[in-house]
Amino acid sequence: MTSIFDSLQQSLAFLNLDLFMLLSLIALLGGTVIFLVMAVNALVAVYFERKVSAFMQDRLGPMEVGILGFKGGKKFWGGIGQTLADAIKLLTKEDILPKSSDKFLMILAPFIIFSGAFLTFIGVPFAQNIVISDFNIGLFYIVAMSSIGVIGIILAGWSSNNKWSLYGAMRAAAQIISYEIPIGLSLLLVVIVSGSLHLGDIVQWQESNRWFIFHSPFTFLAFFIYFISIVAETNRTPFDIPEAESELVAGWMTEYSGFRWALFFLSEYANMLIVCIVASIVFLGGWLSPLHLINIFPESWYILDGPLLGLFWVSFKAVILIFIMMWFRWTFPRLRVDQLMYVCWKVFIPFALANLFFVSLWELIF
Amino acid sequence: MAENLFLFIAVLVIASAFWVVFSPNLIHSAVSLLFTLFGTAGLYVFLYADFIAATQIVIYVGGILVLIIFGVMLTSKIDSPSIASSSANQFIGGMGAFAIFVMQVAVIFNTPWNIGSEQSRDATVGTIGKLLLTDYLLPFEIISILLLAALMGAALLSRRN
Repeated sequence: MTSIFDSLQQSLAFLNLDLFMLLSLIALLGGTVIFLVMAVNALVAVYFERKVSAFMQDRLGPMEVGILGFKGGKKFWGGIGQTLADAIKLLTKEDILPKSSDKFLMILAPFIIFSGAFLTFIGVPFAQNIVISDFNIGLFYIVAMSSIGVIGIILAGWSSNNKWSLYGAMRAAAQIISYEIPIGLSLLLVVIVSGSLHLGDIVQWQESNRWFIFHSPFTFLAFFIYFISIVAETNRTPFDIPEAESELVAGWMTEYSGFRWALFFLSEYANMLIVCIVASIVFLGGWLSPLHLINIFPESWYILDGPLLGLFWVSFKAVILIFIMMWFRWTFPRLRVDQLMYVCWKVFIPFALANLFFVSLWELIF
Repeated sequence: MAENLFLFIAVLVIASAFWVVFSPNLIHSAVSLLFTLFGTAGLYVFLYADFIAATQIVIYVGGILVLIIFGVMLTSKIDSPSIASSSANQFIGGMGAFAIFVMQVAVIFNTPWNIGSEQSRDATVGTIGKLLLTDYLLPFEIISILLLAALMGAALLSRRN
């Protein structure tokens, strides 16, 4: 019973189905769980983002919309109806396919991006043993599957037959491919130290030693390289030049509307959740309580760990990271293309490589 | 169950590979290649080679396919959705392709395939790593030198004169 897949297989054994039916049923159930997580995540994250932007920039709109006459006041609950209104608006909008676009690819592209996010979720644990399928190569699987989305972005930009879309897609592809390298290098550092690609083992290592971010100066640096790179990887400000509103309308999403645009939106917020969960599992101790930070306490102090509390800690850490990403978005101006490439190729990659070398030395010496 | 799934993936690979070759639109070929590469990763999973499957996706789908699409979009008129592929030298190309086909079939039938009931479900990552750093160290290093040379060549070509 190390994953949802295994436990479903055991608990459905009483139905006496043959293997084909059983696997289909499990795949259906697992897929529904992932889809629900993605949908709820998008709803909550959009509301969260609107509120954060409203508090940071004195925006009035997100404080007003009520639901069934419930206004919610001027603070936290104000604007609670906004996401619901957004969702209804997106699903009922007219579906536009430009006349001279490549219609087949334009319909296919959002589904490729969505599948990328969906497939990645299969390997992402939400707590100990709460993962759809527990891969031996979990971390590598997540990195591999999250590289599918970029193809969808390029196709979306090209098939729209619109110069803004194409520029946006080109920028997005260049950016995502470039920033995959520092992400891979900083995750590799954790793999070297813990000696496993399995996310459960990585957390196990942190349980018997300490959180990776505080393990050595180099892992500390690696966390920041990873975090800034995932902000770029998810195309968020200050790295949102692929969809820079002031120059490219909406980048590769310009020609999309309605349901297919909603799929982009869903995948974008799902990707945010995925990278933040990975960051919190790999660097911030995952489902361990903050008491495991440096592990100097006696055994009886660790009362904050457990299946449900583990779920809480993973989501808590991920939400904090998501909040920081939103904080970036509403306080930093956008980078230029050359600055973006400079940061990646001339700062992050050399530092990440040096980091990799020094952490190996550190592990040899200490 | 497993046989049906295997057949489905094999048909997907072959059909999409056909479309890569015969599609009149280069971008459609590239998209079709996505399904071919994905299906090949699925075939690796059938061989219990999980690490190779993930590597296949990271390198071919996330890297090489993106480069191919970039190349296609940048070489021809980039904003028209009908980048057409033409065919020339059909006879010579066909003979070459046929020769390669014969060679591959000969290789397939002359290789002593290890068909048995023994199954390996162990993790493959550690074994691959050990083999790469012991028995296959020299090929591994030669490949890395080749990649380094390609990297330097690309940097040299893209430099402004």
